[in-house]
Amino acid sequence: MTSLHEMCDGASGRVVRLDMAPADGSRLAEMGMTVGSMVKVIRSAPLGDPMEVLVRGYHLSLRGAEARHVQVEPAV
Amino acid sequence: MCRWSLRSEKCRGMPSPEPPHIALAGNPNSGKSTIFNALTGMRQKVANYPGVTVEKKEGVMHLEGMGDLHVIDLPGTYSLSPRSPDEEVAHDVLLGLREDTPRPELLVAVVDASNLERNLFFASQLLSVGKPVLVALNMMDLARASGCVIDVAMLQSQLGVPVIPMSASRGQGLSELKEAIRVQLRSPAVPRGAIPLSAAVDQLVGEVAETLVTQALVPKAGARGEALRLISSEKVLAHPRFAKVMGALRPVVESVRRRLEAQGVAWHSLEAESRYRWIESVLQHARRQREVDPSVSDRMDRVLTHRIFGPALLTGLMLLVFASIFSLARAPMAWIADLFAWLARGVITMMGRGPFQSVVTDGVIAGVGSILVFLPQILLLFLFLALLEDTGYMARAAFLMDRVMGRVGLHGKAFIPLLSSFACAIPGVMAARTIENPRDRLVTILVAPLMCCSARWPVYFLLAGAFIPDRRVLGFIPLPALVILGMVLFGVLAAVGMAGVFKKTILRGETPALILELPPYRVPSAQAVLRVMFERGWLFVKNAGTIILAISVVLWALASHPRQPGASPTEQIRGSYAGRIGRLIEPVIQPLGFDWKIGIAIISSFAAREVFVSSMGTIYGVEVSDTHETAGLQNSLRQERDPQTGKPFFTPLRAISLMVFYVLAMQCMSTVAVVRRETNGWRWALFQWGYMSGLAWLASFAVWQGGRWLGWG
Repeated sequence: MTSLHEMCDGASGRVVRLDMAPADGSRLAEMGMTVGSMVKVIRSAPLGDPMEVLVRGYHLSLRGAEARHVQVEPAV
Repeated sequence: MCRWSLRSEKCRGMPSPEPPHIALAGNPNSGKSTIFNALTGMRQKVANYPGVTVEKKEGVMHLEGMGDLHVIDLPGTYSLSPRSPDEEVAHDVLLGLREDTPRPELLVAVVDASNLERNLFFASQLLSVGKPVLVALNMMDLARASGCVIDVAMLQSQLGVPVIPMSASRGQGLSELKEAIRVQLRSPAVPRGAIPLSAAVDQLVGEVAETLVTQALVPKAGARGEALRLISSEKVLAHPRFAKVMGALRPVVESVRRRLEAQGVAWHSLEAESRYRWIESVLQHARRQREVDPSVSDRMDRVLTHRIFGPALLTGLMLLVFASIFSLARAPMAWIADLFAWLARGVITMMGRGPFQSVVTDGVIAGVGSILVFLPQILLLFLFLALLEDTGYMARAAFLMDRVMGRVGLHGKAFIPLLSSFACAIPGVMAARTIENPRDRLVTILVAPLMCCSARWPVYFLLAGAFIPDRRVLGFIPLPALVILGMVLFGVLAAVGMAGVFKKTILRGETPALILELPPYRVPSAQAVLRVMFERGWLFVKNAGTIILAISVVLWALASHPRQPGASPTEQIRGSYAGRIGRLIEPVIQPLGFDWKIGIAIISSFAAREVFVSSMGTIYGVEVSDTHETAGLQNSLRQERDPQTGKPFFTPLRAISLMVFYVLAMQCMSTVAVVRRETNGWRWALFQWGYMSGLAWLASFAVWQGGRWLGWG
């Protein structure tokens, strides 16, 4: 299990846990990043932050500070 | 009972009740505005919701045989648990909590078919609000193109409401939508709304729902949806509408949350997880997704958000935008200037010279004219901003710049507004609306005018051209140009610095997470873009017309009274109230290296910066017909002597001190007027004026005194 923040470009996996404050976590969940959803890392912005992921068929951008709290089980 | 307007065939001769209200609601980028424009055409009105800076878009549509309907285009919303002022307004309107807006009787849920899962989240919330719902399944063309096949009939039966496939941007599906609206209004049906939950969870939600109903907070139809949301969100529970019954409500909710935890269910994502689970099962039957090659959008993003090319292209694009604004605007600006000059001549011919004529030509026409001359630039900026937004590139710019902006405490979305302020702060301040967090938005608005604006150029050119020696740096760069560049950079640094200061002091607070959608690129709709451009332009003119008119007249009055018959313009202004004020403030500005003549020019340019040039012209008795042709004025200024030493008054140091003052001072009544509108009050507009003036004074003081102390006097 790894945090979303640490995943490389192109890696994907299934969300296992959302560790951040309930307010931020529930917004991410409402946007589709629920426990059990598949996410794929597309890229990071030039300075490393924020990162762009593919979730439920669309592109979402989030900062490393939040991505750090998203625990993902990498897909093999 | 008759519900329709006078034009209904059923109700001839009966008194006409209020026409029905319907609302368009959906995610951002789902094409709501396109549908709204198609339904209402030109019968639209844009204003602010009272008390908040959220745009209220209302319109009227006509249905055959049914008359007129009120249509409201709600702000784009991701969830009924609000995270921003926009979403709060949508929530309040949908639940009938706003006094100024009647509760909509029919909800048209606009769903982006190419992004079905996330869009259905909000749609499913709408289904449980307790009002009739129609689903406008928009962007079917995009869905098809991405290999997505949707079984509309299946979707309709699963959702329990009519689903109308559409491609609003291509004009497809609109008549079917209108027909569906007619049918729903004739025989409204409230959808089932309830999503399947496990038996245990279902019972817990039911407990909260029952409390809501018995406390008469929510009608039975919407209670379960509200209950689910309340359990999942502390913020929603803390809404003022529940304050009175908190004693009865909170214990129930807390007990439910505890029991959920005991079952291993995270209560704060209960709603999200339940709804998405349901959406997945619905789509399993109703949608087939083919694997496709990376879309055009993805391929474009590989370049546009590339580590190196991304920022490079962004910079290039911005430079291109500014260059074209300056070049394209020149001709229209000259026409407008000519128009106002012609108007002034016309007035003089009609009225003859006299005090009333003076108010009109020198006060109103000159004052308003000097602002409207910038309208071409402002319109072009609005056009580019609308294009950036409509194509989807705006989100990429925020994505690329977020880290850099974050270092100075600003939001990624503040990049475009601040950059636009380079040409003119007015579109920049208005563009700050895209920043959801009110604090971040306010900080952006407060520092935007520090970015160089096109009105500062005439001041820089006049002063640097006249008083900075024309030496060459590194063999070819003219020193005056370098000084001007220095001023521009100084402005940027000041903006960044003040943003940091504000974020640490008076506007301190957590910056909420950046959770930003990057929508697929799309070809902008010329109609939509032009409409936005003219809407915003018209708002500026209207806004400017009132306040600027008032200030112009006041300034005119100060400069032309008391009347001195037979005096030359130069003597007139010296003896006027403005002149007296100039002499009055001289002690205050002397430590900055300024005298009372500069004082007058500064006072009059609080209306608009470029007025400095014509004011100086008047004070020094030189006709300045075009702010770009100032050779005559420059010569006069060079000849001004310091009364005490007899040496030239204007030294490079004095010029720099004055330029620094103009970098920082808030000298634009149009911006003040726009800030007032965008912050819903005078408080922040006046604060901005005050802090910038203070900063300007301090900086000029530092430059003048410091320079003299170093012996550069």
